[in-house]
Amino acid sequence: MATPFVAGTRGAVLHRGLVDLLGEEQVLWQKHDLQLYEYDGAVDTATPDAVVIPRDTADVANLARFCSEHNVPLVPRGAGTGLSGGAIPVEGGVVVSFARMSRILELDAANLRAVVQPGLVNLHLSTAAAPHGLYFVPDPSSQKACTIGGNVAENSGGPHTLAYGVTTNHVTGLEIVLTDGTIVRLGGKAHESEGYDLIGLFVGSEGTLGLITEITVRLSPLPEDKRTVMAAFPTMDLASEAVSAIIASGLVPSAIELMDQLATVAVEASVGAGYPLDAGAILLAEVDGPRDGLDDHRARIEELCRANGATSIRVAETALERDRLWAGRKGAFAAMGRLAPDYYVQDGVIPRTRLPDVLRRIAEVGERYGVRIANVFHAGDGNLHPLILFDGSLGPDVLRQVKAAGVEILRACLDAGGSITGEHGVGMEKNCELPLQYGPDDLAAMLHVKRAFDPAGLANPAKIFPTPSRCREFSLHAARSV
Amino acid sequence: MTIPLHGLADHGEGPVSELISRCVHCGLCLPTCPTYALLGVEMDSPRGRIRLMKNVLDGRLEPDAAGYDDHIYKCLDCRACETACPSGVEFGKLVEGARAQIERARPRSAFARAMRWLVFRQLLPHHARLAVLARLGHLSKRLRIGTLVRPLPLGRRLASLLDLVPDRAPSARPLPASVAAHGAVRGRVALFQGCVMRAAFAGTNLATARVLARNGVEVLVPAAQTCCGALHVHAGEPTDARELARRNIASLEALDVDAFIVNAAGCGANLKEYGWLLREDPDWRKRAERFSGLVKDAIEYLAELGLSAIPGSLDATVTYDDPCHLLHGQKVRDQPRALLRAIPGVRFVELGEADWCCGSAGIYNVTQPDLSRQLLHRKVEHIRRTGADLVVTANPGCEMQLAAGLRADGSPASVIHLMDLLERAYGAR
Repeated sequence: MATPFVAGTRGAVLHRGLVDLLGEEQVLWQKHDLQLYEYDGAVDTATPDAVVIPRDTADVANLARFCSEHNVPLVPRGAGTGLSGGAIPVEGGVVVSFARMSRILELDAANLRAVVQPGLVNLHLSTAAAPHGLYFVPDPSSQKACTIGGNVAENSGGPHTLAYGVTTNHVTGLEIVLTDGTIVRLGGKAHESEGYDLIGLFVGSEGTLGLITEITVRLSPLPEDKRTVMAAFPTMDLASEAVSAIIASGLVPSAIELMDQLATVAVEASVGAGYPLDAGAILLAEVDGPRDGLDDHRARIEELCRANGATSIRVAETALERDRLWAGRKGAFAAMGRLAPDYYVQDGVIPRTRLPDVLRRIAEVGERYGVRIANVFHAGDGNLHPLILFDGSLGPDVLRQVKAAGVEILRACLDAGGSITGEHGVGMEKNCELPLQYGPDDLAAMLHVKRAFDPAGLANPAKIFPTPSRCREFSLHAARSV
Repeated sequence: MTIPLHGLADHGEGPVSELISRCVHCGLCLPTCPTYALLGVEMDSPRGRIRLMKNVLDGRLEPDAAGYDDHIYKCLDCRACETACPSGVEFGKLVEGARAQIERARPRSAFARAMRWLVFRQLLPHHARLAVLARLGHLSKRLRIGTLVRPLPLGRRLASLLDLVPDRAPSARPLPASVAAHGAVRGRVALFQGCVMRAAFAGTNLATARVLARNGVEVLVPAAQTCCGALHVHAGEPTDARELARRNIASLEALDVDAFIVNAAGCGANLKEYGWLLREDPDWRKRAERFSGLVKDAIEYLAELGLSAIPGSLDATVTYDDPCHLLHGQKVRDQPRALLRAIPGVRFVELGEADWCCGSAGIYNVTQPDLSRQLLHRKVEHIRRTGADLVVTANPGCEMQLAAGLRADGSPASVIHLMDLLERAYGAR
């Protein structure tokens, strides 16, 4: 769909130009250094031509002007924890690492706002806000490491976005550097801004519209208290019935999560939180808010779990116990190294009620491809995370097979009336599958927006939109099955 | 005596590939890595360093590459990334393997080789020589030699080494062969004296034995023991470390004791890994594993046993800085805090970033002085915020580094090993 991109200046000329522009300390260009910017938290890799580590917005703007003059792609990178290849320089170019733009510029507790640089680690913001009784709501599982800039680019979710909304609901202002070097300020601390909602447009744009250099976020008051319930079920089916029953009861838990047995085994080995290893499914539910009434809600959840076949129920007695339960769930992907050298995670969304069917199809896919699949699931909002386990050292065919299995899982999600990504982004990982969800006119409308901001196509090329070179195989596949 | 070209011996090994493949490059280790925080580049993060090792393994990077050497030796080996890692990557073993690989592959200057030979072969395994050096160091410090040599070539390095020398004079008196338990006997242990501990902190060894004895533990102090080899392992010299390990195991394993007690976190972590160190030696592996299974830090042992004697009261505000090899290497976190809270009168204040390395990291403050100093400043800043009179820790390297940092900062706070503090509290009864 997008025009194939031909990168301009490369090699020594590029390195010299960047060093002259920004200084030795801000530029990496040696092969063994560049090889360390070719991966993120997922499975795709590509080596950049250079890495720039800017100090401030001016550096970024100078860099963008330089790159637009020399036709060099710009690929932003936070902590490299992403799961859809957003930070992978698939067409080469400059990776822009925000590791040294990681400060909190202002913490305006009275107005419930913070102004931060994109490289700030998500959890560091909540830690800094805690003495003021505030926190930043979006809590992706990688929140100890991932950056706010990455969260904004991917419109990240997290277990607790069930009740309180994803990243886009918590951003009120942005400073953007467009690929021609123009610095644009959108919104601010105010609740609403006039004109087009360009903040909404940039949140989740995956670096394809420009580079985010400053973010104004909404902080929220810490809940007075929380109750965390862990329930074990003999099967995922029963556990998902319990989830439906909880939602149907009118309760609004702040999070409801499910893990299957395989995932639980890895997680328990990692944190020792006391997850029962013999259960077919583990449900983790949390309610928070004013202390009054919390215990009623907790009791209601316990009752509904029991009525739907829970074999054991545990309520976290202390904050430490609660933290450990969550540490397990949040470290679930990262614990997969205990089961296999590599994993490939999917991010499909389905109507919650279809979970048993879709899980059965996922299991079938696993059997057909001869791979083990662990399931971790934001059950409250129907966001599946099947983790396909494999050993990439066995050759490129293995990854190809695993990706094919992934496509089949996405298809199962779409067949169930869902979508292909909930919170990890499209990136270079699902761009070929985007036409499964959108027609040609839908995609063309989105491309108009992309071109309006980035006419030269330098902002994170070959992401989100399908590219002819990489997606040919897929088009044939899609043509056969439609 | 010949000084070999590539480190001290041909180790014939590198980081173990099964350990590398545990890493799923999720990045959760990044914010816990002090060098990543200071430098902000992937090469100086645990994930990046593992990728460097993998690239060497896959033939994409030469093991003698300058960049490999640089980033692998910039690692503190503090192992904070191990605590953060959900997949259980044993980073310490990896980085130590990578260093052995580098020492084999990369030629060193004559000076570097001579220093390695001197420190690892001629000093650390010989406690009498170390004792002389400790006394010399103390004397030089009192004579303010540091100020004199600072302008000379290499003088700055020597001066900053002298900054680390403890104020307290090293004790010349050897420990008794055993210390009898007070009251009913609750346990019988052997004390591992260490090399630096024995030379410069013999007082802490004595305090450890006394504190244990006061709590009903009979403490043997076997004469036949040597340096544990931790510094050798950290510096990519596992062959020498294995030889020291064999000597320690052979001379201590026959003792009829409940535990081998160590009060230096760096040594403890290494002694607990003798099984790993000798894993490929069929004659020694089982013996090493059995020995390692009996090693306990004094804090760990005492907290598990429980205090039978109540310490006297100390009127002090106290904070605790976790030695990395106790917290991340041995997962001992709650025990020292529990012991501190058991001292009447002590006001315990948590230290911000107590789980961060102070920059001492074995000989890191000598090999990477700039990074080490930045970490020390950060640590001293956190200590200042606690308002503590006493900074408690449990490793000689950390003690020297923290004390040097506080002195340079003009802070009135002093640094003390937890066993010394407990002994002081018992003395106050």
